[in-house]
Amino acid sequence: MTGADRPFLPRGVRLHHDRVRDVPVLLGPETALMLDPVGQAVLAEVDGQRDIATISAALAERYAAPVEMIEGDVIEFLNDMALRRLVEAR
Amino acid sequence: MTALNPVLAPAQQVRPRPAPPLALLAELTHRCPLSCPYCSNPLELTARNGELTTEQWADVFRQAADLGVLQLHLSGGEPASRPDLVQIVAAAREAGLYTNLITSGIGLTGKRLDELDAAGLDHVQLSVQGVNAGIADHVGGYKGGFDRKMLVAAEIARVGFPLTINAVMHRHNLPDLPRTIALAHELGARRIEIACVQFQGWALRNRAALQPTREQVDEAKRIVASARAEYAGRLAIDFVPPDYFADFPKACMNGWGSTGLNVVPDGKVLPCHAAEIIPGLEFQNVRTTPLAEIWNDGAAFNAFRGTDWLPEPCQSCDRRDIDFGGCRCQAMAIAGDARATDPVCRHSPHRAALDAIIATETDAPPPVFEYRRMPR
Repeated sequence: MTGADRPFLPRGVRLHHDRVRDVPVLLGPETALMLDPVGQAVLAEVDGQRDIATISAALAERYAAPVEMIEGDVIEFLNDMALRRLVEAR
Repeated sequence: MTALNPVLAPAQQVRPRPAPPLALLAELTHRCPLSCPYCSNPLELTARNGELTTEQWADVFRQAADLGVLQLHLSGGEPASRPDLVQIVAAAREAGLYTNLITSGIGLTGKRLDELDAAGLDHVQLSVQGVNAGIADHVGGYKGGFDRKMLVAAEIARVGFPLTINAVMHRHNLPDLPRTIALAHELGARRIEIACVQFQGWALRNRAALQPTREQVDEAKRIVASARAEYAGRLAIDFVPPDYFADFPKACMNGWGSTGLNVVPDGKVLPCHAAEIIPGLEFQNVRTTPLAEIWNDGAAFNAFRGTDWLPEPCQSCDRRDIDFGGCRCQAMAIAGDARATDPVCRHSPHRAALDAIIATETDAPPPVFEYRRMPR
């Protein structure tokens, strides 16, 4: 993935609030991923409309962190999700 | 209900409540048009008139969601053999569960898949018994099954369900592994689960016919490693190697009573699908006992929960919290003792017996299949 990719959750993958454990989870085929605050923050921004550069800029502003560092983390996280077919990009 | 054993009662009271389960396997029916010789169902199958009703299943799903279950696997037998499958899926989604249909495809049509889509089905897991009609219909024991399955796969793709191909591999179809992976990709699957047959249920009865050779196992590992690189980002590949050829046992069920539970067609609740082979375990039923009570306090779930019960050499082993001593049903089947170290383990005194089984079975030509069959 690069800054120009527009990531989205493919069909069959969705964010869910686990009311028993009170944590956000990503549900997908054979997957129930308990999200840490970083994963939750990134996936909440993934909408298929905005590209990774735009998402990273928004997160950098919200968390007052350098955008280069944020974008590197976002790409690494989304690449890992893409290999597991939990995120796609257009 | 059995009377509470007064000797056990105090221990149960001080036991901390277990973490909630993540997954429920619902075996909706044992009926199936196929008769695969490695079926994970027990040898004693339940007839149609013993199955839970639609409303009983809906209640199980609501209880499961309240207990903390996130993932529901609808399995069988063939779940499409239930005429009420669409209502069952709708009830599962209403309960808030991620709903996965594990099917051979037989009994599904384009129209029925559209109805399942409208009911909210999340994911389809389609089994393939082989890469062409010759081997697939032989293994499934169902003539015309492969061609029918290919038509259903096209309908699954038309609707747009995310698809996982589930390929059980053994001595007869391991030579077709590269073609199996390619077929999954051609069918539009996002994932393939390549599961070397695990010897429980009918597979244990057919072990000599299914046992792969060590050369086949080594070759399969090489093929999977190269396919993972070739299909990276296009097809996720999960591989379950045969545990008989491993040095250490699998962490069966990720630890007994830790992650998942299994409700069989008549409503009994099992810690794993093979657990009924273990003598002395009593299984409670959702018809009479709340699911949370079964999970939290049921004697069968507490029998091998955690690691305190583990014998040596497991108790002092540095892998104790990795594999929890392995599979209880395998210890029962091979060592005749459900509390023993899984005989797969190099530290098990029964490992030599397992190696002898492998040698005997792979040196001989495979016997004919004894196909799974329903009671008369």
